[in-house]
Amino acid sequence: MIPEIGHFALILALGLATIQTVVPLYGFARSRTDCLAVAAPAAIGQFAMLGIAFAALAFAFYGNDFSVAYVAANSNTHLPWFYRIAAVWGAHEGSLLLWMTLLSCWSLAVAAASRTLPREVASCVLAVMGAVSVGFLLFTLFTSNPFTRQFPPPAEGRDLNPLLQDPGLVIHPPMLYMGYVGFCVAFAFAITALLTGRVDSAWTRWTRPWTTAAWVFLTIGVTLGSWWAYNELGWGGWWFWDPVENASFMPWLVGTALIHSLAVTEKRGIFKSWTVLLAISAFALSLLGTFLVRSGVLISVHAFATDPARGVYILAFFAIVIGGSLLLYAIRAPQFEAGTEPVAALSREGLLLLNNIFLVVAAAGVLLGTLYPILADSLGMGRISVGPPYFNKVFIPLTAPLVLLMGAAAVMAWKRTRAEVLRSRLWVPLLIAIGLGVAMPLLTVGAGALAAIAGCVLGCWAIATALEDVVRRCRGRRIMLPRNVLGMALAHVGVGVFVIGISLVSGFGGEHDVRLAPGESASMAGYDFTFLGTRHVEGPNFVAEVGDFVVRKDGEQIAELYPSKRRYNASGQTMTESGIDVGFWRDLYVSLGEPLSGDAWSVRIYHRPFIRWIWGGAFLSAFGGLLALSDKRYRRRARAGKAVASDRPRKTAYA
Amino acid sequence: MTRTRRRRLMLVGGLFVGLAAAVALALTAFSENILYFYQPSEIAAGEVPTHTRFRIGGLVENGSVERNNDDLLVRFTLADCEASVPVQFKGTLPDLFREGQGIVAYGALNESGQFVADEVLAKHDENYMSPDVAEAMKNQQGESCMPTNMQAKR
Repeated sequence: MIPEIGHFALILALGLATIQTVVPLYGFARSRTDCLAVAAPAAIGQFAMLGIAFAALAFAFYGNDFSVAYVAANSNTHLPWFYRIAAVWGAHEGSLLLWMTLLSCWSLAVAAASRTLPREVASCVLAVMGAVSVGFLLFTLFTSNPFTRQFPPPAEGRDLNPLLQDPGLVIHPPMLYMGYVGFCVAFAFAITALLTGRVDSAWTRWTRPWTTAAWVFLTIGVTLGSWWAYNELGWGGWWFWDPVENASFMPWLVGTALIHSLAVTEKRGIFKSWTVLLAISAFALSLLGTFLVRSGVLISVHAFATDPARGVYILAFFAIVIGGSLLLYAIRAPQFEAGTEPVAALSREGLLLLNNIFLVVAAAGVLLGTLYPILADSLGMGRISVGPPYFNKVFIPLTAPLVLLMGAAAVMAWKRTRAEVLRSRLWVPLLIAIGLGVAMPLLTVGAGALAAIAGCVLGCWAIATALEDVVRRCRGRRIMLPRNVLGMALAHVGVGVFVIGISLVSGFGGEHDVRLAPGESASMAGYDFTFLGTRHVEGPNFVAEVGDFVVRKDGEQIAELYPSKRRYNASGQTMTESGIDVGFWRDLYVSLGEPLSGDAWSVRIYHRPFIRWIWGGAFLSAFGGLLALSDKRYRRRARAGKAVASDRPRKTAYA
Repeated sequence: MTRTRRRRLMLVGGLFVGLAAAVALALTAFSENILYFYQPSEIAAGEVPTHTRFRIGGLVENGSVERNNDDLLVRFTLADCEASVPVQFKGTLPDLFREGQGIVAYGALNESGQFVADEVLAKHDENYMSPDVAEAMKNQQGESCMPTNMQAKR
């Protein structure tokens, strides 16, 4: 009964989404306010329906209703309840439902905030979001219905993929999808701008908080994904340039470019069409990410052959959404009047332009490496793969200058900055960066790895320049700096911390595969890892061999690690759970390989200096975004139609 | 030249330089890092040069896995329908590596025709068979020669 209610709610949501799209657009074309007014209530109704559908599926999982095929394929009575709920988004169908539910949450938020927008704009935005929702609902109902029943119901479910049974995975997909879907709001604003023909400072002020919010979620989502891979895959790595990771990273890159380009459009009234194009691209990549990851396209083009309906639908949907918006863009974008002042190279907008170029080109490089194997395979050019060396070679040279520029941009004023001003403000951060950047690795991990030290200097440069900006602005002020200024500085500090983390972990990290019998030990980077033996442990839905390790430094015990090897009862699948001693300066990481002759095991030992800084930096950046989001200027009531030029009361505007 | 034009020129120029740099980087990186996929019969037929890194996929032959007692060296043979290739690997094998399982390995051939792997992958899911391996496990008529219990759905 409950699954049928969910199914029925999905159908009703489709109806409401159609209304949410068609009626306001008609009202927009005919300037009828009564039709425009339909958008918000329809969005609220759609939210209620999708909420019911989602709750119904979650309930089916909670109650182990194996007559629902999707539940039977992804759950098990022995699975702990929180993983049963998380299993809702453990595979393709449920992920789509989560996607749509989150989209309806964003729609609800837009509807709630619509009093600060002109009715025309709010309704148009909701209509575009409704259209995207229609596309997803049709896809779900016709090709991937999570509520499909099967008879007779199996006695036991096939269990959730053990890789996904991790706390990181409970929150990672919702965060990631909040980010993906959040770019739909920016996309809807972009389409609205094309329809109304207006990209002014009011438009950017409406769009910016939504984009920043989406970016914050996506940042958290990508970071959690990396953290999960580190904990769960047992390879001690934090980023593998895996197609699935790339799929979430590309929208992030373009979204980051969008945030910066929106800042320029708001403050200077230029880059208008570029900003709109970026908003469309960010959402296009989000769609690509959604489909690539969960629909099996990435694993192989052959996945299309196993279910042609899905493949054809995805391609058609993608073509309509992206082709349609690009067509609209081609027709309407030329009307946005270009700014009349030139962009000086030594100005904040000049550097932000460079920032955009680097970010977009980097995203294009990642896209090429991700899609090329699929393309080559479908064109019969042989089965190839593109490995991490490609991505590192393309990505690092493109992002290192970006960080360098970021430091300079923080102290740069809009319009034009004199070179001597830059010199006078940048030499202190530069000295600090060099001093700190060289000293930090020397004091903690030792000498060597020049590239890593250079990276460390780069990271310190980003931090020092961001702080210099804040300190200088604070000097002689009684009141607090606006939150968006602090947010920007914090986000840039986060990037610096992140860069330090990756530089030092790649330059000074060590790993070692050894064979260890009980009582034997191996040493790495001054730490002695002693293997005491394994013991048998039974979990709720698995049995495990847990290894006992003691780590000593200079003869003194500093940690006990318990890596384990789990065998899941339902699927018979084996999983490695690593044992990690977490530290601010370094992680010690042990994972069990396989049992060898006698009681010996093959063991992987890793020393990961500064690895926490990677995720710490990313979270700092996300927090910076949140801080900027809480700035009160975004909550001012919108004044429509204000020209850009008249909307610049403060001379030194903030990014 | 008007200021607008100059601005546009700068924009286009900047884009062009960025794009050119990226294309150059991508192409060099690409040519060095594309890995082709070969299956055991292609290697047995001598189609693959030695000392070139590539991917190989096939089934781990039953009874072929041998371990050294004092270090982590493992030898096994990887087979498709027609031929098999000896493989050696030093390190930790993935959780799903076992005899009769389809795997993919990265590495190169040495002079004696042995494949020296530096990375071995077995896919996450027991039922999942890498499409490359599935493809490799077909004979010339296009029928799968895998043991029937391995032909689980992907």
